[in-house]
Amino acid sequence: MSFDVSAIKKDFPLLSREENNDSLIYLDTAATSQKPQQVLDVVDSYYQEINANVHRGAYRLAEKATTAMENAREKVSDFIKSERSEEIIFTKNATESINLVARSWGEANLSEGDVVLLSSLEHHANIVPWHQLAESKGIEVRWIPLTESGLFDLTDLDRLLEGVKLVAVSGASNVLGTIPPVRILADAAHDVGALCLVDASQYVPHRPTDIEELGCDFLAFTGHKMCGPTGIGVLWGRSELLDQMPPFLGGGEMILDVTQEGFTVNTIPWKFEAGTPPIAEIVGLGAAIDYLESIGMSNVLEHEKTLTSYALRTLTERLGDDLVIHGPDDVSVRGGVFSMAYQDIHPHDVSQVLDDRGICVRAGHHCAKPLMKLLGVGATVRASLYLYNDEADVDALADALDATGEFFSQ
Amino acid sequence: MSGLEDLYREIILDHYRNPRNQGELETPPAVMAEGFNPLCGDEVKVHVHVEDGLIVDIKFDGNGCSISQSSASMMTTAITGKSLSEVEDIIYSFKQMMSIHEKSLEGESETTESSTTGLGDLQALQGVVKFPVRIKCATLGWNTLEQCFEELD
Repeated sequence: MSFDVSAIKKDFPLLSREENNDSLIYLDTAATSQKPQQVLDVVDSYYQEINANVHRGAYRLAEKATTAMENAREKVSDFIKSERSEEIIFTKNATESINLVARSWGEANLSEGDVVLLSSLEHHANIVPWHQLAESKGIEVRWIPLTESGLFDLTDLDRLLEGVKLVAVSGASNVLGTIPPVRILADAAHDVGALCLVDASQYVPHRPTDIEELGCDFLAFTGHKMCGPTGIGVLWGRSELLDQMPPFLGGGEMILDVTQEGFTVNTIPWKFEAGTPPIAEIVGLGAAIDYLESIGMSNVLEHEKTLTSYALRTLTERLGDDLVIHGPDDVSVRGGVFSMAYQDIHPHDVSQVLDDRGICVRAGHHCAKPLMKLLGVGATVRASLYLYNDEADVDALADALDATGEFFSQ
Repeated sequence: MSGLEDLYREIILDHYRNPRNQGELETPPAVMAEGFNPLCGDEVKVHVHVEDGLIVDIKFDGNGCSISQSSASMMTTAITGKSLSEVEDIIYSFKQMMSIHEKSLEGESETTESSTTGLGDLQALQGVVKFPVRIKCATLGWNTLEQCFEELD
């Protein structure tokens, strides 16, 4: 099918709203995506027609709710090409998914001196849980350096891998757009007997995902950046690993039996899903996947690549040396995330003027302070693209940056 | 009307482009404190020299957005030569202004009006309260000044 952005835009009610008499130009999908009507309708009708607790009642409504939730698990599983839907663990968000691995697998398998290898562009969600293990167990956190253009510098990979038990890297950077060489890192990790975790929060929403191609052992992502509701995240893990891992949270659903003396743990995936899950959000994530599948993830990727090229070209041509775009300029190794410095105007001020024109961008450190330090900046302005953005949005961004320069030079 | 002109009044932009009293002072006799806004990475350093209960000299330095830097600059001009008790009044009035609910700006309440009238140029920063995320930027220099005073005690 041909990719019709204007038709896609119409699916998103918030994008049709007017802000200060301008239509809303949403360039902050790296923070959270907008939601299509199709997802909103499914969540709404879940509450109107299906709502009951799952895996508990014997009545028909409860069965219906359970089926709706487990169908969504199948959809998530298919979406990332997992062959076993019990390998899909529902969490609150990608942060919780990574914490689950750190607290469960990490606590059980890492000891003093073991190394967790991260990259220098990680989000705090894939840094702090490992720092916490460094504090509690004395593990070492080590960093893969970046090249000047924001790509992974693997020159010393063999040395970096010494003593490594886990390589935990981003699948796509939320700051630079960089798409790291996950397969190479996963294979290298396996060669030294280590595992590989991928923080795929900025990856899964934007391109076809195949866990076997990625070669990793754990994959963490979140629903709200891929047209789904907030409050629903996913951890995929190889079942042989998940089976061996101790439970993360204790409570209902994660047990087979509880006595006054103790408890017996349930099987995966429920072993890791204590308490009533966010059922409507899970069903909503299933609807988001239906929506993305109806467009086709290869089409989404193609569209974003074309738009990313257009944005890099347009912004550079229009704003010249006034604009610095951090990160790689080769669209084969970068996604549609642009961290920018414009003249010497502070990112807060830039985003304020952009907001006045109905343009939503993020200003700040993007939960990646170690990377900000490497870039030598305190904050950047970040624009990020998705399937509902078009060339007109990029043009509006260029116009607005131009106007920002004028506003502050008056 | 666009809220942007409310926020970026001419005098604010002037202090941003041409910051007054930028720099450092020797410690002692001056005292120094650093303030950070962890949310956006703004930072400001304030040096203040107090003698016989008077602000003899004050300098600020830092990195940050126009609001944080201009507010600090305007603060230095507002308090130079003032007594500590006068400065306390100014700080109080300024913080009052920053805590006014947006409604009072639109004339629905005038209860706090009188407390801000003595602020002079600083009143230009009143528009900041319409943009709640920027209030922390505007108060950064002021909180840092208060930290300096704690050093004096």
